[in-house]
Amino acid sequence: MADTMQFDLVAPERRVASEQATQVVIPGFEGDLTAMPDHAPLITTLRPGVLEVFTAKGSQKYIVTGGFAEITADSATVLAERSHPVEEVTQAMIDEMVAEARKAHEIAHPDVVDASAKMLADMVAMGTHVGFEPQG
Amino acid sequence: MPSLKDLKTRIGSVKNTRKITKAMQMVAAAKLRRAQEAAENARPYAERMEKVMSGLAASATGAANAPRLLIGSGSDKVHLLVVMTAERGLCGGFNSSIVKLARTRINELRAAGKTIKILTVGKKGREQLKREFGDLFIGHVDLSEVKRLGYSNAQEISRDIIGRFDAGEYDVATIFYSRFQTVISQIPTAQQIIPAVFDESKAEEAGALYDYEPTEGEILAELLPRGVATQIFTALLENGASEQGARMSAMDSATRNAGDMINRLTIEYNRSRQAAITKELIEIISGAEAL
Repeated sequence: MADTMQFDLVAPERRVASEQATQVVIPGFEGDLTAMPDHAPLITTLRPGVLEVFTAKGSQKYIVTGGFAEITADSATVLAERSHPVEEVTQAMIDEMVAEARKAHEIAHPDVVDASAKMLADMVAMGTHVGFEPQG
Repeated sequence: MPSLKDLKTRIGSVKNTRKITKAMQMVAAAKLRRAQEAAENARPYAERMEKVMSGLAASATGAANAPRLLIGSGSDKVHLLVVMTAERGLCGGFNSSIVKLARTRINELRAAGKTIKILTVGKKGREQLKREFGDLFIGHVDLSEVKRLGYSNAQEISRDIIGRFDAGEYDVATIFYSRFQTVISQIPTAQQIIPAVFDESKAEEAGALYDYEPTEGEILAELLPRGVATQIFTALLENGASEQGARMSAMDSATRNAGDMINRLTIEYNRSRQAAITKELIEIISGAEAL
């Protein structure tokens, strides 16, 4: 059994990370999940949250919002609309994302109002998680 | 026949023009490199997105409650054409070729009795289409203030387009842009984005071996709007690279033309100068002979 897998974190504008990882903790739509080598093939959407990747050199956290993850036995690919290493995140960035989610919630169609409320809550939780004070 | 002085000013002004076109060419070359890089960086995302979506779409198309973005509104009466062009001119046939493609399509659709609505992105295309189809415009996206195209620009456009679709304003949406091939060749392209179309062959590769969380249908419903945004983003970037490529080659040939013109004018200038000298000599000699 291989002990690493190819991990790619891709944003629309650039490839954020591409490395050999031993495990990846992904904020899946229905809860966090950890992908390790030889995981069963899975596609899941993401909720806004913190993704953590473990490599031989240590671990790195990223915030991710909007997108999906594709996991196979030897790779984990995460496509996220926005994604930044946690160190690069600023209060302004969090505020902007929360504001955007709130706006989306306000204009949300009745069918998707619950989903957008969850989105907003997740966004706020993500901000708190990385040590900022989102204006929930 | 122009006087010597006229010729000299003329040469001077053409030389200035050449300096300007040369500078524009170099600026375009630098911008092209950046635009190409941006397009390159965006490719992995777009490719994966398409791969996963075509896999999902293949299995969802038959389902009873398939998302409307995939199966359409059940009619194809009203067409939305999104014409993406540059904000600035002086880039050869770049804008015109996109507009030409759009115009052909408009005429085809009209002949087939469809209703057409036009959304323009970029000022130049709007100007060119205004006279003929001004009454079909339903909106315009101004990107002239945008320094560096970002995904957020594409998101805004796609939100607008999808919003109009949900409101039932149209049935089919097509984007018009120019695909970047090389510096000298850009291909005007029409691409249908709503309802989504997928390459069948890619769907088969993707396979249906995955577990899905939440269900396939829900994932697809969430991904389709992102797919639209991604396609628009790709188109914007391709367009950006094409524009700079077209400008670069247009300015290159303008520079070369100016050079040729300077050569011609210089020859003419020298000839007339020579003629004037000869004339003066003849006058002096015949004056001396008359003595």
